[in-house]
Amino acid sequence: MQCLEVKGIEKVFGGLKAVSELDFSVEAGSVYAVIGPNGAGKTTLFNMLSGAYIPTSGSILFNGVEVAGLSPHKIASFGITRTFQNLQIFWNMTALENVMVGCHLKGSCGIFSALFRLPRMMAEEKHLAAFASEAIAFCNLNDWKHVKANAMPYGILKKLEIARALAAGPRLILLDEPAAGLNDTETAEITGLITQISSQGVTVLLVEHHMGLVMTVADRVLALNYGEKIAEGTPHEIQNNRKVIEAYLGQNS
Amino acid sequence: MKRAVFFFSGGLLLALGVCFPDNYYLTVTGVAILFNAVLAIALNMLLGFAGQISLGHAAFFGIGAYSSGISSVHFHANPLVGIACGVVFSAVLSYSIARPIFRLKGHYLAMATLGLGLILNVLMVQAGKWTGGPDGLSGISKLSVAGFEVNEDITWYWLMSGFTVFTIWLSLNLEDSRTGRALRAIHDSEVAAKSLGVDTSEAKAQVFMVSAALSSLAGSLFAHERGFISPDSFSFFFSIELVTMVIFGGMGSTYGAFIGAALLTALPELLTKFEDLEVMFYGAILMGTMIFMPNGIAAPFGTMATKLCTKILRREVNDAMS
Repeated sequence: MQCLEVKGIEKVFGGLKAVSELDFSVEAGSVYAVIGPNGAGKTTLFNMLSGAYIPTSGSILFNGVEVAGLSPHKIASFGITRTFQNLQIFWNMTALENVMVGCHLKGSCGIFSALFRLPRMMAEEKHLAAFASEAIAFCNLNDWKHVKANAMPYGILKKLEIARALAAGPRLILLDEPAAGLNDTETAEITGLITQISSQGVTVLLVEHHMGLVMTVADRVLALNYGEKIAEGTPHEIQNNRKVIEAYLGQNS
Repeated sequence: MKRAVFFFSGGLLLALGVCFPDNYYLTVTGVAILFNAVLAIALNMLLGFAGQISLGHAAFFGIGAYSSGISSVHFHANPLVGIACGVVFSAVLSYSIARPIFRLKGHYLAMATLGLGLILNVLMVQAGKWTGGPDGLSGISKLSVAGFEVNEDITWYWLMSGFTVFTIWLSLNLEDSRTGRALRAIHDSEVAAKSLGVDTSEAKAQVFMVSAALSSLAGSLFAHERGFISPDSFSFFFSIELVTMVIFGGMGSTYGAFIGAALLTALPELLTKFEDLEVMFYGAILMGTMIFMPNGIAAPFGTMATKLCTKILRREVNDAMS
């Protein structure tokens, strides 16, 4: 079954086609990687999938529902959450609080029950904390649970973003360069984490420059260059694809 | 921990009132401090938690004051009517204009809220038939509810202490809740908050409404306490003062807003002995605080408390492990 079907999606910024006429589909439960040189349109694609940008044209079907052009919080409520290439952490909150924001959709208490601390809200609060703790344990962040985000090292913050996105209970998680700037040990850890996420039945869509990671975890790979699809296939096929090699290393290699 | 400070501050207000019921500073400056504290805490919900500036907040204070003033002077209505009208009007107005206004960010948002404050202030001046224009509105009745009259200075102190503690309670509750976390998330990264399913424009509109309603309630009480109001009390300058209190005390902290309001209200009183140089000292203190304590005057206490808590937590973890 297809979890995500992207058809003819396009994003134009004042005459510049950041993504043009892109089609691909992602099998439910698989790990799908998007690669390409800087400026290839990977993050633009993610921003359209998560609702941050409205596509100029084209359609995005998520489990058969059209989500293109919906607002980000609406898309999140359908079960798509994401992490960010440049960290978008809630700096003044602890790890637990960060992840509890991820659980936002699991709660329903509004501002009045919050102001008056109604019993309903207290019960929900416990419930959310339990959910968040689960996501924190899953990402191996227990030691950092009550530490403020502004006191955490970079590698931990990368994992915290994943935990936060997972806490929403997504069916599709978009990881934007989860291993960017990490050392080998940390990258290995992220690789393991992605495999674990996938084994939980969550579909993973991944943008990454670290080829080792992509080749290990991805079931299928999409290669972009200048906003266009240049190849799609299994990691092995992509590794040996001429166009991909040219895009990365130049024409004469 | 925050709860402990809550009971401490409540107890402190109580003790002060019991010990010095006839003290001028407590019943006059003290009450002025409490009014500003409520306003600063209400503004902090918007500015400190959600990170959205409002340079027109004095206007909501004014809506409450004029709503009570007009219903008292022109209609001889029960004070509760004026209070309710002000709160409802402020809430409806703030909620309905929140969506277009809070789509703006940073300087643009500051401009828009500034405009809002100016418009409402001009209305207070121009609707002279009802508001008394620039001369103000006098003869507002004393606050009396169900036969109980608030007329002595110390009674006002008690009433405002109660209101302040109530506002602190609301603010602390909000901070540690699903909605409060969503607001603080908007402060740090609005894109991330949205991507996790937070309806950010709705959240901002709601907190703006709560903040405006609380300010309006304070305004109503202010009108009854003074018996006289004029547009000057609700001008742009007072909006700026409120923002200064929140930032001076420490943005995002309920107690910070309280301390900021207390210090900046009391400071002019303390500086009167410098006469002509008073304003200079006032400015110098503001600048010095911001340079050496950019997170506000309450922040070092907060850091100390957090360190203490972490230490206790660590000890518990260690005990549990061994």
